[in-house]
Amino acid sequence: MFARITLMEFRLTLRELVVPLFVLVLPIGLLLGFGFQPGSRRPDADLGGQTGAAYIAAIGAGICLAILGLSVLPAALAGYREKGVLRRLATTPVRPVYLLAAQIVVYAAAALFTVAVLIVLGDVLFGTPVPKAFPAFLGTLLLGIAALFAIGLLVAAVAPSGKAGQAIGMILFFPNLFLGGVYIPREAMPAVLRHIGDYSPLGATLKTMRDAWMGTDPRGTQLAIMAAYAVVAGVAATKLFRWE
Amino acid sequence: MPVIEVTNLHKRYGDTVAVDDVSFSVEEGEIFGILGPNGAGKTTTVECVEGLRAPDRGRVSVLGLDPRRDRAELTQRVGVQLQQSDLPEKMKVAEAIALYGSFYRRPADGERLIDELGLGGKRDTRFGKLSGGQKQRVSIALALAGSPEIAVLDELTTGLDPQARRDTWRLIEQVRDRGVTILLVTHFMEEAERLCDRIAVIDSGRVVAVDTPAGLVSRVDPEQRIRFRPSPALDDRLLKELPEVHTVTRSGDQLTVTGTGGLLQAVTSVLARNDIIAADLRVEQTSLDDAFVALTGRSIAQEA
Repeated sequence: MFARITLMEFRLTLRELVVPLFVLVLPIGLLLGFGFQPGSRRPDADLGGQTGAAYIAAIGAGICLAILGLSVLPAALAGYREKGVLRRLATTPVRPVYLLAAQIVVYAAAALFTVAVLIVLGDVLFGTPVPKAFPAFLGTLLLGIAALFAIGLLVAAVAPSGKAGQAIGMILFFPNLFLGGVYIPREAMPAVLRHIGDYSPLGATLKTMRDAWMGTDPRGTQLAIMAAYAVVAGVAATKLFRWE
Repeated sequence: MPVIEVTNLHKRYGDTVAVDDVSFSVEEGEIFGILGPNGAGKTTTVECVEGLRAPDRGRVSVLGLDPRRDRAELTQRVGVQLQQSDLPEKMKVAEAIALYGSFYRRPADGERLIDELGLGGKRDTRFGKLSGGQKQRVSIALALAGSPEIAVLDELTTGLDPQARRDTWRLIEQVRDRGVTILLVTHFMEEAERLCDRIAVIDSGRVVAVDTPAGLVSRVDPEQRIRFRPSPALDDRLLKELPEVHTVTRSGDQLTVTGTGGLLQAVTSVLARNDIIAADLRVEQTSLDDAFVALTGRSIAQEA
C-alpha cells in the first residue's frame, strides 16, 4: 500500500513540471554553465583549493536540497492539508502519515538522483573527482537532507495554507543560500559571516559536502549541527503538525 | 437492528457548543437525512459517526463498532464523502479510484464504478480539469471504492447546477438499491424530501424531530396558502370576512391568503362577485419547508 502511494506521489511530482525543472535542470544547468568556462578545471585557492567545476557541482547539490526541503515539501504538504487531501485520507483505512512519508521518500530520491547526475557529469565533462571520502559524503548528504526536510516539515506544520507554506519557505530559502555560500563562496566571506554560515543548515551541509568531495572527513561539530537541526525541527514538526 | 446509533451526543469547541444533544438511529438499507441550517451541528455530528472527532459526551455506535476505538475496522466498512475535500489537481480519475480501492480489503470494481457514475469519458482526465458535478461524482466513487456497508455523504450537491443535482440524486438512489445504507447531510429541503426515507431535523445542536418527510409535513397545520395579484385592487376586508380565511397579507400588489377548508372556493367566489381577476394565481400546500419553519421557528433559506 505504501509502495502504491509512493509511486503515485512520484508520478504526481513528475507532472508538477516546475519541480523537476528546478530540482534537476537548474543544478545541471549551473554545472554546465560554469563548467565550460575557461579555468574551471584549475584548483582555485579562493575556493579552498577546489576547482570551479567541483565547487559549482556542490553548490548545485545544495540548491537542489534547499529547494526541495524549504519550498517544494512545505508547499506540497500544506497544500494537501488545505485541499482536504489529508483529511479525506483519514476517513480511509490508510493513515495520512503514509502520504507524508511517501512525499519525503520521493523528494529524498529526487535529491539523491540529482547529486548522482552532478557527480557523473562533473567527472565525465570537467574532471571533478567522484567524492573522495565517499562514505562521509553520503552520510553528509543524507544528514543534510534530514536537516533541510525537517525544517520544511516544520514550515508545513505551522503554515496555514499551501501558498503560506511556500512563502515562509522562501523567507528561509534566500538567507540560507546566502549564508550557505551559494552567492559568494564561503572562502570569500568575512570571518563573522563565514562563522554564522557554518552554523546554518545549508552552510553546514555544503561545507561538509565540499570537504568530503575533496577527501577530508567532515568535522564532528558540523555533523552535530546538522543532526541537531534534523532532530529539533523534526520533533517540533511532529508536535505541531495539524492534519486539518 | 439499527446500523448507526447516536445517543445524547454532545460536542463543543472551546466555548462554542456545536452539538448540544443529538440522538437518532439509522436502519439498514435506508437513506437517512440530517437536515438543518448551516451551523446547526450537522457536520460535527457525522464527523463523530465517521470517527474523525471524539464526542465530549454521549455514545456513537456504527455497525456495532466504536468509531474512535475501532477505527481500523470502521474505515473498512464505512465510505465517506467529505464536504470540502479535493484530490491532488494532477491525479487522474481512474488513478484515484484504483488507488483508493487498493486501501480496502474488498475493493469495488473500479471500472464498473467509473461507468456507473458516468465518468467513462473522463477516465484519464486530471481532477483539476473536472467540472463541479464531475468532481462530486468522483468523490462519491471514492466513498464507494471499498464496497462499504454505509456511505456518509456530506452536502453532496452544494454548488451543483440543478441538472447535476438531479443526476446526483438518481445516483444516490442507485447506490441505495445496491444495499448500501446512506447517511445524508443536507440543507436542501428538496433534496431531503426527494431522497430520504427518514429525516432528523437538527437546529442549534439539537434534534427537533425525526420522521419521514410526509410525517414531518403532517405535523404542521394543514393550512393552505393562495397567492395572486388582484386586478383591479381589492379591499382586504372582503376576504377577511370569510370564515375560511385566517390571514391576508400584502406584498407589493401581491396578495397572500391563508386559511383552511374550502379556502380556494370561498376566495374565488368573492373575486368573481366583484369582477376581480386573479393574475398569477397559485395554491400552495404545506411543504417540508413549512414543516421546518414550524419545527424550528425559522426558515432554512434565510440561513443558507
